[in-house]
Amino acid sequence: MKNRWRILENKIFVRWLTIVSLGTMVLLLLFFITLFVSSWPAIKANGLGFLWGKTWDPVNNHYGMYPFLVGTLITSFLSLIISAPFSIAAALFLGEYYPKGVIPGIFRNVIDLLAAIPSVVYGFWGLYTVAPIVSKIELAFHLPAPGVGIFTASLVLSIMLVPYSVSLIRQVISMTPVNLKEAAYALGSTRTEVITKVIIPSNISGISAGFLLSLGRALGETMAVTILIGNSPALPHNIFSPSYTMASVIANEFTEAVGEVYTSSLIEIGLLLFVVTTIINLIGRLIIKRAIA
Amino acid sequence: MTPFDIRGTKRRQIKDRIFSGFVWALTFSCLIVVFIILFYLFEKGIGSINWALFTKGPKPVGEFGGGIANAIVGSLIVVVVAAIIAIPLGISVGIYQADNRGKRIAERIAVAVDVLQGIPSIVIGIVIYVWIVKPFGGFSAISGSIALAIMMLPPVIKSTEETLLLIPHTLKEAALGLGASYYHTVRKILIPTGMGGILGGCIIGVARIAGEVAPLLFTAFGNPAMVFSIFKPVDTIPKVIFAYASSPYEDWQRIAWGGSLILVVFIIILNTIIKLFENKWKVQF
Amino acid sequence: MKHSIFKNLALAGVLAIGLSSCSSGGNSSDQNANADADKQLLGAGSTFGNPIYTKMFSEYGKTSGIQTNYQSIGSGGGIKQLMNKLVDFGASDAFLSDDDNSKCPAPVVEFPTCLGAVVLSYNLPGNPELKFTPEVVTGIFMKTITKWNDKKIAAENPGVSLPDMDITVAHRSDGSGTTFIFTDYLSKVSDDWKTKIGTGKSVNWPDGELGGKGNEGVAGIVKQTPGTIGYIELTYALQNSMVFAQVKNAAGNYVKPSIQSTSLCANGDIPADTRISITNANVDQGYPISSFTWILLYKEQNYNNRSKDKATNLVKELWWMIHEGQAQATPLNYAPLPPKAVAAAEGVLKSVTYDGQPILQ
Repeated sequence: MKNRWRILENKIFVRWLTIVSLGTMVLLLLFFITLFVSSWPAIKANGLGFLWGKTWDPVNNHYGMYPFLVGTLITSFLSLIISAPFSIAAALFLGEYYPKGVIPGIFRNVIDLLAAIPSVVYGFWGLYTVAPIVSKIELAFHLPAPGVGIFTASLVLSIMLVPYSVSLIRQVISMTPVNLKEAAYALGSTRTEVITKVIIPSNISGISAGFLLSLGRALGETMAVTILIGNSPALPHNIFSPSYTMASVIANEFTEAVGEVYTSSLIEIGLLLFVVTTIINLIGRLIIKRAIA
Repeated sequence: MTPFDIRGTKRRQIKDRIFSGFVWALTFSCLIVVFIILFYLFEKGIGSINWALFTKGPKPVGEFGGGIANAIVGSLIVVVVAAIIAIPLGISVGIYQADNRGKRIAERIAVAVDVLQGIPSIVIGIVIYVWIVKPFGGFSAISGSIALAIMMLPPVIKSTEETLLLIPHTLKEAALGLGASYYHTVRKILIPTGMGGILGGCIIGVARIAGEVAPLLFTAFGNPAMVFSIFKPVDTIPKVIFAYASSPYEDWQRIAWGGSLILVVFIIILNTIIKLFENKWKVQF
Repeated sequence: MKHSIFKNLALAGVLAIGLSSCSSGGNSSDQNANADADKQLLGAGSTFGNPIYTKMFSEYGKTSGIQTNYQSIGSGGGIKQLMNKLVDFGASDAFLSDDDNSKCPAPVVEFPTCLGAVVLSYNLPGNPELKFTPEVVTGIFMKTITKWNDKKIAAENPGVSLPDMDITVAHRSDGSGTTFIFTDYLSKVSDDWKTKIGTGKSVNWPDGELGGKGNEGVAGIVKQTPGTIGYIELTYALQNSMVFAQVKNAAGNYVKPSIQSTSLCANGDIPADTRISITNANVDQGYPISSFTWILLYKEQNYNNRSKDKATNLVKELWWMIHEGQAQATPLNYAPLPPKAVAAAEGVLKSVTYDGQPILQ
């Protein structure tokens, strides 16, 4: 009797593991279906013009997400460009110059602390420290000086990307075959030459994948950007202009969007974010997996 | 210029120095930024920490004083319930993944888990609003917990899988050989042996969700009152920070700094626990 | 042995947390829990009325034991969450348009709770008190006036030294009743505005303006950023010691927004459904950007398995707001309802039913 129960128990357990594990894939699929079905009214009403429509005008039920698309892309790429030199330097420092030891260990933990600060706290901090400084810069250039805008959001976002990029790139460069590096040193190369001519070229795909994944994170970043971007659904004139991103327009308008098409247009933006980040993650992981394997 | 170029040695060495200097300088500036942020948070936050912050709810708009007791309780409820949902599911998937390592199905699931990790949190909020908030007719702590549980799954799955893979096969085979069922082997041998690593993953997961607001905006919503129910809307600390951060009220800003400090200190403590025990928790034989 | 005790304890702890969190809210058969649930009301919407609503609910809670969770997510949000039946009442500074009304799943009624003024608050060195004509206000928000020392502003403000600064405009990023009141006013004073931008809770703003979430957000931007101008409810400006402009009204007088100058605009007749706009009123000393602010609820309260007790608690609270609650208005710089508006609001509340029977006898 007890034996039979144990067999049954075991069967249930194995079945449970399988179901739950397959569930992760089903979950993703359901995410896609839910987003797609919920944004169908918008897809039908807005058509393809949704992507390059320049006006977001809920009063007249006219929805174009081009300004958000531009705002999102500029903010994400700018933050990636700002953070790149820092991320590569820190990754080299921790992965190549001092891979072991107490002080580098502390350095690594300190940089990891950047990942411990929540997005909303970054936004709050940025609003009171970064924005006033940017405002002074804007005044110096005789521009309108709101302080918040693309540049401020990108600066703060770049800080948020550093720990993420560093850990990915460090992982990649620490996988450089030792004999390759030793051969280069034996030929009399300086460390700089080993880095620029061996480590970086041989890991270029892995490093780009690291940046690609960081980009994916930047695209979906919501709270800090919402606080700092300026929330202006117009095309930006320069990198100091207030703008809007896809994630922040959802955060601001989703609770209040009245009417099927309005709500569904916001969900369509969510669907696009989902699809784009999924593709970026798939490609990024694939490259990194190849680079490490 | 090739490495054999003897005449250029001096120049190459100078170049090397400069390059290293840059690496040092850039790395140090990252560290400095960390200290600037933390210093600012402590400076602003310490002054606003008082007894009322932990014991009082919000005052009517414009009145001085009040605290975030309701949000602290709300955050605890939302995060604890999310952990209760995510941990068993995550561990189960991790076990399955470790067992089926190398099989095609496991690889596909691993990809799904990676993608799941990359989904912007705001999108998870939308989906949970459509799935739970709207059909069940109300904002609630539980809907927020479910959204956060989805965010928490990937780290739990990955650390469980990695930990279990470190356990020698012989241990599992010995147990099975003695006639223990697979279920008992997992429950009595594998999980206890890998407890440290699995727990570490759970803590990483909690640290990841504790500061989230985006998925809670349309799920847990908000509530100025102290509520101990998972079926009612609740405030959370990060949501209060968001609401107060851009307001003109200096007293609200003060409370938001206090909340930020509490949140960051909490997450740093979790991170420190992980780091301190990182090595002890590794499966050792 | 010790190990298993610890494990059992941990397990028990987890179970206990799970059970307690379920039992406190989920046990619907429990009489006490039910009565408690009936005493918890959820409302959302207007940030314009947030200061007075939080104060009213806090005061009412002290005597009645009713706990009201009011979330200031913007009027648009209040209407949407009411339509989705996710809140017990919505609050909006724009009465429901016929279009929005037709989108509601069941008839919705609305009544005013108080009056407020939308003020033009700005942040300039020295914070001088400025005077604006309707043309100047329209010009600033349409971006035809872009500098603080523009001749059109200077002409109305002799003796004030205006800085050579760009004007940064802050508007609402969320669907807002305050925006509705303001754009309703601008549409009345400017044909250009009416045809190019129009009236709405969120409109298609000209380029390069800042968006803030809620009255709180816009006030926050203006307070923090020199050179900015934004439109906010009077209370937010006064509570945060921000300066605001006098505006020339339809009668041709410059009027400073105040409780009095707001009240003066509301002395006319109020229709039975209380849907009335009082912006740009032709009143001698009336502030032209004034408005009622409304609360919205379903006419038939038996929906989503709501109990009759809950519906009664809700309507009683709302009744209190238009009577005893009015005492909270003046200290917070809102104008209390004039008697005609109270009478109209009473009529609306008396029409609210449960299973077809009026809740208030």
